[in-house]
Amino acid sequence: MKQFNWKEFAINNIVPIIFIVLCIACLPIAGYSGKYLVSQIITRIMRNSFLVLSLLIPIMAGMGLNFGMTLGAMAGQIGIIFITTWNVVGIPGLLLAAIIATPIAVLLGWFCGKMLNMARGREMITSYMISFFMNGVYQLVVLYAMGPVIPIHSDKVILPRGYGVRNTIDLINVRQSVDSFIQINIAGISIPVLTIILIALLCLVIVWFRKTKLGQDMRAVGQDLEVAREAGIKVERTRILAIVISTVFAAYGMILYLSNMGTLNTYNSHSQIGMFSIAALLVGGASVSKASIKNVFLGIVLFHLMFILTPQAGKNLMGQAQIGEYFRVFVSYGVITLALVLYEIRTRREKAESAKQLAQLQREGAKA
Amino acid sequence: MQNVSKEYNGNPVLKDVNFKLGQGEVLGLVGENGAGKSTLMNILFGMDVIQQTGGYGGKVLIDGKEAKFASPLDALKAGIGMVHQEFSLLPGFTAAENILLNREPENKSVLSLVFGPRANTIDRKTLQKQAIEAITKLGVSLDPDMLVSEMPVGHKQFTEISREISKSAIRLLVLDEPTAVLSEKEAEMLLKAIKNLSAQGVSVIFITHRLQEILDVCDKVIVMRDGRIINELEAEKTSIQEMARLMVGREVGTGRIENRESRPLSDKVVLSVENLWVDMPGETVRNVNLEVHQGEFLGIGGLAGQGKIGIPNGIMGLYPAGGTVKLNGQPIPLNNPRTCLSSSLAFVSEDRRGVGLLLDESLEWNVAFPAMQIQDKFLKKYLGGAIKWRDQKAIEEVTQKYIDQLQIKCTSSKQKAKELSGGNQQKICLAKSFALEPKLLFVSEPTRGIDIGAKALVLKALREYNREYGVTIVMISSELEELRQCCDRIAIVTDGAISGILPATTPSEDFGILMVGKTKKEAK
Amino acid sequence: MERIKAMLRSFGLPRLIIAGFLLLLFIIAPFVGIRVGASITDTLARFGMNSLMVLAMVPMIHSGCGLNFGLPLGIISGLLGATLSIETGVTGPLSFLLAILYSTPFAIILGWGYGKLLNRVKGSEMMIATYVGFSSVAFMSIMWLILPYSSPTMVWGYSGNGLRTTISTDGFYSHVLKDFLQINIGTISISLGEILFFAIFAFIIWAFLHTKTGTAMTAVGSNPVFARASGINVDKQRTLSVVMSTWLGAVGILCYQQGYGFIQLYQGPMYMAMPAVSAILIGGATVNKASITNVIIGTILYQGIVTMTPSVMNNLIHTDMSEVLRIIVSNGMILYALTRKSGASR
Repeated sequence: MKQFNWKEFAINNIVPIIFIVLCIACLPIAGYSGKYLVSQIITRIMRNSFLVLSLLIPIMAGMGLNFGMTLGAMAGQIGIIFITTWNVVGIPGLLLAAIIATPIAVLLGWFCGKMLNMARGREMITSYMISFFMNGVYQLVVLYAMGPVIPIHSDKVILPRGYGVRNTIDLINVRQSVDSFIQINIAGISIPVLTIILIALLCLVIVWFRKTKLGQDMRAVGQDLEVAREAGIKVERTRILAIVISTVFAAYGMILYLSNMGTLNTYNSHSQIGMFSIAALLVGGASVSKASIKNVFLGIVLFHLMFILTPQAGKNLMGQAQIGEYFRVFVSYGVITLALVLYEIRTRREKAESAKQLAQLQREGAKA
Repeated sequence: MQNVSKEYNGNPVLKDVNFKLGQGEVLGLVGENGAGKSTLMNILFGMDVIQQTGGYGGKVLIDGKEAKFASPLDALKAGIGMVHQEFSLLPGFTAAENILLNREPENKSVLSLVFGPRANTIDRKTLQKQAIEAITKLGVSLDPDMLVSEMPVGHKQFTEISREISKSAIRLLVLDEPTAVLSEKEAEMLLKAIKNLSAQGVSVIFITHRLQEILDVCDKVIVMRDGRIINELEAEKTSIQEMARLMVGREVGTGRIENRESRPLSDKVVLSVENLWVDMPGETVRNVNLEVHQGEFLGIGGLAGQGKIGIPNGIMGLYPAGGTVKLNGQPIPLNNPRTCLSSSLAFVSEDRRGVGLLLDESLEWNVAFPAMQIQDKFLKKYLGGAIKWRDQKAIEEVTQKYIDQLQIKCTSSKQKAKELSGGNQQKICLAKSFALEPKLLFVSEPTRGIDIGAKALVLKALREYNREYGVTIVMISSELEELRQCCDRIAIVTDGAISGILPATTPSEDFGILMVGKTKKEAK
Repeated sequence: MERIKAMLRSFGLPRLIIAGFLLLLFIIAPFVGIRVGASITDTLARFGMNSLMVLAMVPMIHSGCGLNFGLPLGIISGLLGATLSIETGVTGPLSFLLAILYSTPFAIILGWGYGKLLNRVKGSEMMIATYVGFSSVAFMSIMWLILPYSSPTMVWGYSGNGLRTTISTDGFYSHVLKDFLQINIGTISISLGEILFFAIFAFIIWAFLHTKTGTAMTAVGSNPVFARASGINVDKQRTLSVVMSTWLGAVGILCYQQGYGFIQLYQGPMYMAMPAVSAILIGGATVNKASITNVIIGTILYQGIVTMTPSVMNNLIHTDMSEVLRIIVSNGMILYALTRKSGASR
């Protein structure tokens, strides 16, 4: 037990290992400078970590990967659309966006949690379908209701036909406003201090959360629903809360993400972000039932390194950047598939292992 | 408790139960399965099942005052704790966390004013302290920081008990077969712990099948049978034999059917089992050696959890098994249901709804399916056998035949299996294996959970099948009387091995002694 | 009254709403200046194109593998068959047969592997199937770029390698079934060829489910423990069902292409599973029970709504909300099936 087992370590961390190997292989082929890569990675960490961190709590509560985080992203986007319309600039604008997004995210999260309680045992596929379903509702609101029903009349936001939001919105008002608030330069790489503080704060909140009564309850519910219920924990409510918290964090994460990007892809950003965040978390070595803050940051670094490297590597190797583009799509989906399959096989093997041990014991007993 | 009685759907399961328990006393409760022990404890503990099935009669008095518990929480408040047979522990939590699950001490924090009390952080130090207190009170060695998943079974049991003890004002502790899963050494530790508790003024009700343990720790023993307290004994003045006799013995004239001829046993051995082990959770078989003779009706009895049910499940390949099983001298491979079925073995499972039936399909499907798959019956063949088409007419005919023969109550042979009552479902299971026309039939708990009328019919059908068609039957049942009615010989399983085989005409008392593992104890 | 209520309950509220909605659309249609005949023609044409892919759900549901979100795998086999057939240069109806022939070994191999995988992840088939579908589509996107195809109808004109995103089936098998035995009744024109083609496959599946093996497959889906205790090799039956579903998916996409006139490569097959899944659910199937009737009713209802809403909406409020409505209806239907208590046993 105490002895370090290389083989076991490799099997348990196969996903990050594949990624490290992949990135190392692509590194010389792509031929980027170290400085460029470091600054890119820092940008990506700033952009994505809040979103990926939002996935941790449902995993703790045993509800698997929350594909419904897209719902939070939608709420964040609605907040952003409003402040762009009202022309609120800078950090106050982002705060206002967060204030608008919170009740929407709570409502959506509550809906999602309710649904997941009805589909126990297949939370992931259900949360995935919820994100698809709500995407339809979101489009209905944003594409048709905004304008005639919800009073939004800014030319920057609304399509020329008079209703519906444009495909892309330029977020000049809030672009980089958090990142550039306090910025320091180290060796030519700019480091956004306020963003780092915010992310660190969220990490602290998560660490603190694990120590609270609610956090303890969630871990209990995640391990065994029935035992937790017998002990008097309100199981359904705890599960809904886990999803609500995750959705709200995802909404804030999305607002930070958009402010960093500077543009809003009204109809694409949220669904993309869901997939990329989950893939990043899995690349960091998380599984369906276990994830830590360490996984989040390792995952973001590795996943986005791959993301930056592959198109260039593809271009240099095959003469086509397109191959690299498709390759990274393949890798994002592939890594989720691999992680899900490995998780299932591993839990199965553990079960078989215990049966085998029992059989062995009995065989010895029978002989004696 | 005074005059406690209880009915389930008109079937009385408890009649006029009276007993008293003083502070710090240890009361042993023994009885066969279905004697009413669990129901009695459920009433005491205010379990929901009792309310849902119409409450109970009589009174429960605590300190002379009547107590009516609407839920287990009320019982807890009154200082009654119960440790169930199955563990209710979280594998990823430490012993300490499990002991104080959902009763964790908290640090008040400012944030809880905003987010409610659940935002309080947990006070790990106090948690640790309280857990250790409970463990010390129990008087066992248990590491509070150990994860439950890494614990041996005994420590899990201690964690469970510590949790009950840690609840404030615990005065009465009910232990439901706590030693069943423990090794001898662990059981000894537990018994010591029970004595410890009683010395500290906590009363204990101790349910067990191991009668020696009763003698070791209890002050009083209550023997239950058929929902009645048969006798209350002083532990010091009784013996294992006396208790065993009281447990199984029926008064002359009740349910005794002696109009059975004693048949000569054929010399030919059809099935021989050597060193069989089966990994069936809760019914582990450790080492079974058994010979079944041509044309006999063999009963396998024993208390729950001793492994009798594991035997057919293992032979038929439903659970991982090892050892040698020979049919007519030919070894049959284990862990492969198909070969068993092809070599004319059949099995009626005790788990009707889970294993025995296709609940969502018609009766026709249920009856005809195994015979169709194994023996190519009820099929029309086209193109020289390349296409095997379901023969609807033949299926209907055979189903109708069994519906008539076994008097199955249903609207038609097209009815879904899940719509039938338990007894009729059981008959469908029988029909299914009769359709296979087996040479040897295993029947596991055929009368469990069905009403008396259906019970008699099922047993009659089995007997006829054995007598008239000469099919060898091995019936596993928890009800000894049932076995004695039908069988030629009865084997008793204790601790995953056969503790003895006796002719069915042997008095019940002798079986009772075999059941409680007396022979094994003597052998040591 | 009670019986009517029970019937309504078994029919299911969402299905009732959808059927009622479709009926309403047909009633409104003439008033807003839409020719009902053309709409029916359209619905039937779409039925012919899509029904086989919906049928591809049936074997996997029967064996208890759940809804086949991995349909893209079958589609990929079909695409490989289609492109290989065009590469040979054979034209006309023969190219269609050739495409089916070429896609068969791919469907069998991919389906077999996919089935083996699903056997190892029992209980979370649907989630993994979804992602298996996605990753295989992404993987094939790379392959379409680098596989050495050379037929000038398929590769990019300017670079000379890599397949185009859409390839016309004109001159090959475009409309081979659609124009076969087309009959016109008034304004309605029905392509008997497509319907016949579907009928053949539906009959084969129906017949299969009446054979010994088909019976075993249904039993595996209904209660795997029962099946095992009856001597059935559960994993084998499941693998067989997945191979069947995959192959039907392959033929289904070929049938779709001949009606549509184009082969869509790259990200095209990505979300094709969703409409098929929701169609069979609208037809009354659940996560572990499905019949040929479910396929037919479901496809007609689903495609009816897809054809009717845009035209009616456009003429009624001059806004095309149909795409959004389609997303809500189809995903809502899947969600409904997943969260139903009765379906939650697996």
